[in-house]
Amino acid sequence: MSKIVKVIVLRTAGTNCDEETASAFRNFGASVEKVHIQQIIKKKSILKDYHILAIPGGFTYGDDIESGRILANELTQHLSSELKTFIKDGKLIIGICNGFQVLVKSGILPGNCAQKENNRDLFNEEVTLAFNDSGKFEDRWTYLKSNNKCVWTKNLPKIVYFPVAHAEGKFITRNKTILSRLKNSGQIVFQYCSQDGNVPAYPQNPNGSQDNIAGITDDTGRILGLMPHPERHFFSYHHPFWTRFKHLEKYGDGAKIFENGVNYVKKELLGS
Amino acid sequence: MIWRIEIKHKKGIFDSFAAGIHKDIIDLGIKSVRDLEVVQIYNLEGRLTKEQASTVAAELLINPLTQTYAIYAQNKYQTKKTIADIHLVEIAFNPGVMDPVEESTIKAIKDLGIGEIAAVHTAKQYFLYGKLSRHTIEKIIEKVLSNKLIQHEVVDHTLLGGDQEKKNSAHFNLIVVDLNDASQARLLEISQQGQLFLNLDEMKTIQAHFRKLGRNPTDCELETIAQTWSEHCYHKTFRGNIRFESYENGKKKEEVINNLLKSTIVKATYEINKPWCVSVFHDNAGVIEFDEQDNICFKVETHNHPSALEPFGGANTGIGGVIRDTLGTGLGAKPICCTDVFCFAPPDMPEKDVPPGSLHPKRVMKGVVSGVKDYGNKMGIPTVNGAILFDRRFVGNPLVYCGNVGIMPKDKVEKKVYNKDLIVVVGGKTGRDGIHGATFSSGELTSESEVVSSGAVQIGNPIQEKKVQDALLKARDRGLYSAITDCGAGGLSSAIGEMGAELGARVDLDKVPLKYDGLMYMEIWISESQERMVLSVPQKHIDQLLDVFAQENVEATVIGEFTSTGKLELYFHNCQVCSLDMSFLHDGILRLTKSAVWKPSKEKEPRLEPKQNLTKTLLQALGHYNVCSKEWVIRQYDHEVQGTSVIKPLVGVHCDGPSDASVIAPKFGNVKGIAIANGINFRYGLIDPYWMAISNIDEALRQIVAVGGSIERIAILDNFCWGNPDKPDRLGGLVRAAQGCYQAAVSFQVPFISGKDSLYNEYTQGKESIAIPGTLLISAIGIVEDVRKTLTMDFKSAGNLIYCVGLTKDELGGSIYYDLYNCLGKSVPVVDFPAAVKIFKKLHQAVQGGYIAAMHDVSEGGIGVALAEMAFSGDLGVNVNLSRVPYQGKKRDDYILFSESNTRFIVEIPKEYQDSFETIMQDVLFGLIGEVTDNAHFIIHGVTQDVCIKTTITKLKDSWQKPLRW
Repeated sequence: MSKIVKVIVLRTAGTNCDEETASAFRNFGASVEKVHIQQIIKKKSILKDYHILAIPGGFTYGDDIESGRILANELTQHLSSELKTFIKDGKLIIGICNGFQVLVKSGILPGNCAQKENNRDLFNEEVTLAFNDSGKFEDRWTYLKSNNKCVWTKNLPKIVYFPVAHAEGKFITRNKTILSRLKNSGQIVFQYCSQDGNVPAYPQNPNGSQDNIAGITDDTGRILGLMPHPERHFFSYHHPFWTRFKHLEKYGDGAKIFENGVNYVKKELLGS
Repeated sequence: MIWRIEIKHKKGIFDSFAAGIHKDIIDLGIKSVRDLEVVQIYNLEGRLTKEQASTVAAELLINPLTQTYAIYAQNKYQTKKTIADIHLVEIAFNPGVMDPVEESTIKAIKDLGIGEIAAVHTAKQYFLYGKLSRHTIEKIIEKVLSNKLIQHEVVDHTLLGGDQEKKNSAHFNLIVVDLNDASQARLLEISQQGQLFLNLDEMKTIQAHFRKLGRNPTDCELETIAQTWSEHCYHKTFRGNIRFESYENGKKKEEVINNLLKSTIVKATYEINKPWCVSVFHDNAGVIEFDEQDNICFKVETHNHPSALEPFGGANTGIGGVIRDTLGTGLGAKPICCTDVFCFAPPDMPEKDVPPGSLHPKRVMKGVVSGVKDYGNKMGIPTVNGAILFDRRFVGNPLVYCGNVGIMPKDKVEKKVYNKDLIVVVGGKTGRDGIHGATFSSGELTSESEVVSSGAVQIGNPIQEKKVQDALLKARDRGLYSAITDCGAGGLSSAIGEMGAELGARVDLDKVPLKYDGLMYMEIWISESQERMVLSVPQKHIDQLLDVFAQENVEATVIGEFTSTGKLELYFHNCQVCSLDMSFLHDGILRLTKSAVWKPSKEKEPRLEPKQNLTKTLLQALGHYNVCSKEWVIRQYDHEVQGTSVIKPLVGVHCDGPSDASVIAPKFGNVKGIAIANGINFRYGLIDPYWMAISNIDEALRQIVAVGGSIERIAILDNFCWGNPDKPDRLGGLVRAAQGCYQAAVSFQVPFISGKDSLYNEYTQGKESIAIPGTLLISAIGIVEDVRKTLTMDFKSAGNLIYCVGLTKDELGGSIYYDLYNCLGKSVPVVDFPAAVKIFKKLHQAVQGGYIAAMHDVSEGGIGVALAEMAFSGDLGVNVNLSRVPYQGKKRDDYILFSESNTRFIVEIPKEYQDSFETIMQDVLFGLIGEVTDNAHFIIHGVTQDVCIKTTITKLKDSWQKPLRW
């Protein structure tokens, strides 16, 4: 078996963060292909060839109806069993921004999909990402408290700094039970906070998310969805005030996430 | 069958869209709307069962957590418009206007396995709560809820169903225009009735041509000539002859200028002759070298007329258009960033001052920003730089400049059309949208423009364009086509006419994919439907090419081929509808001779009493609309997509300070970058357009130098927005500005690589003609060797030294300071070129040495504003002494603080680098004017050593942020 980590970056009409997401994985030695969903639907078995599925940011189908809805519908209608197998096989998924919207609207997050037997459960939307309270698209940097319950967030600093750029990022759960379940199982991996880690106010919490939630994982810790863009703080010179630093490191806070994904595959799936 | 699905937010779920609309209504001065609810409507057409329609609603159209739905058979749907204090308004798109969500929604419904769906039409229903008269409701509909050019209030629901456009199927009938026997009066009438915007001489030239041929033209031929010869496409003013009369020191000087463009702007570029200029002035965008593998291209366009009528759509399609310029440069470049510059009337202008037929400036601004945001964000192109200026005279004619930068491999610069290559149109389908855009923008606006030219208004579809981009760049890399042009103004007519100019072309108009049936040949030919490109494809590659586009779900259709006949031949229903000689079309245009006069300004210097305390004045200057924070706008643009952002438009400790230039590193992981900036100040032009042009160029260069760029690797673009060039005084100013461009470019050795002009920016109201102030935008692009050596304008650390570099003079003409007193003045800032070049180069050397902690260019609002911005962006105070500023002129604190002399910088230097910095700077003028402090106090001592400004950075920042904190 080849020892190369293989990443598939899913594309469709309106995907627009595919190139930098692919570059982020490539930087850590992964072999990355950007594949249009139409090609996957035509040949569903190709998903098997990859270890990591990345759904990048963008405006798939123009955010028509609502963000992520049409691609989520496409995934659940055409690729549900392949996706279940992918998850069952212990592989990794990351959805950033629009990718996160797709993951929650297809019900892949908050998850437990691998255990669920019938399709309807897979598509049960327990959480959603609604319009920002500000009513508009905003691009701004946010401080995030991270926990390392997820393979993607191992060894991240306690507080990281990533930009958000979205109009629909307000995290809501269907009910309180689901919220407590997410809390108790440690599935909330990123929460907006103030610079010193305290409870944020707008615009520190840029969209009005419940419990300041910015990113969650599934119960296996292998699927990550988050609104902020780690690939936009990949190099230290992406930081909004790097010109104030005395010394400039090579990487910014976001690089670790991609490195973690690649390393996990190497260790757990490729056994190297 | 039509199923009507109404979607509402669940109780207790906050609807931020509705809240935004409510706020806009309150902003309008209507306080009687207590609450507002929005219902999203989808009308599903096709043979769907009720169950199927319910599935679509439940599984696709609603968000199950936040929304609920109701479903009705459309023909049974009835509703009352007003029940007690609840008023219901429904707004839908006009027939023929593209419903932006239709295509993707149909796709998603088909993904659900419901193939019966035929069409989807959306609408919005608004429940207005409160005691409202019909008059008030109508005002809300007109000012907030709709734009009648593209939308209407749904009055009778039973009328809905079937696109009206589809029923308009006309019989084919070739129209021949009787030109050869027409009198002069009749010629003018033909031009006017056909909206050709051709003058009598031009009409006579056409008449003579067809008399020689012994036949009359078809309407299509006449229209093609009008499009090609329009000011918009041909730039008659810049390329024609000008009899220029100017007065200097009371002496009259007369000269004839043969081709203004070639004798000023283009001339400068050829004289400068930089080896890294790859392609200038002949392609869609100017191209310069970036690194060993790639070139960079840059183009800025205007989209003023459409934005005046439909701000969202106008700006939206403006961005879309300039992105297609990038896609169509060489064999296609990948768009890597956008820049946007706007001029509006002040957003707080009283409603009564807004002329009839014009929209209120605040609405124009919100619409334009929203249109830019929508297109740039959805295409995934970061909007990294811009400017917004305000003046009452922009009320009828807002200016919307859209720029785009692209990157392309070095071997993709050349394109060439070959005989027998196939003509392939790719992207969107063709409809009736945008008919007459090119000719429409070559005339003045009137209060009837919105009626006459409503066809020229469109809405873009950025996702369609993104798909085109994805497919196109793949096809480019595989070498599947030999030439490409975008479909912009003039549609297929311009694109194919241009591509086939040297050869000839034959097109079957029946083959062009249409949005709906019933378009006539001429509509197909000149339609400006968005998101289309034309390719020239060698026959052997056609199958592969069509396959690449099919993989990305982009329509690509062969519609004809290039020929060697020297003719433009069009066919419809196998009948020839156009057969024009390419040579007449492109070279037959009469060279116009226009008159231009320039007289020096009669303005006088105002007499303002000197003041001891200038604190309040500084706060006012910071709060001036042209100076204040544009954060509200910038935040709505994605300025970081593509992961290339290095110096962002907002910088400093709190990410809210005004950056000079933006810097991006376009190749992920590679530290080579580009810096983007702009210079624009129409107020100087009100005094003298010559010095305006030079000042604008100086400003654009300053900004790039301020982030660490070198003027030896900067290229610039010109964009003129001017009034009616047929009026000698307007044209005289334009000539002066072009001459300034030449002077500055040659003196700085900075070449122009591309440019554009938009003339006739006047608004005729009754007998009065309001011209915009002649406005020149200079856009600059600099290549940066290592982005890690760039810098920002925020003060970094207490104890560091503050320098003012460059000479300050009492040049306050056109300044913000004078404007605070409603004065213009006369002493417009000039430039000492040899000194300026030295300053730019020395500062670059100091940056490379790593000596500079922060640098900011001094522009509108002078030293006072520059220091304040640097202080609050760095969260640090200052202590500065004006007597140490290198200064020439009447010694007054207000002059020194607010003068807008060119080529000046405020520079922050750590003490340990004082000697190194001063050694480098030894033969330029500079002054050590003070120190950065850590106590948040902003203190400036005047020439007499007394304190003239004493305040805190919090107050300064608040004044600066307040005006546009919406």
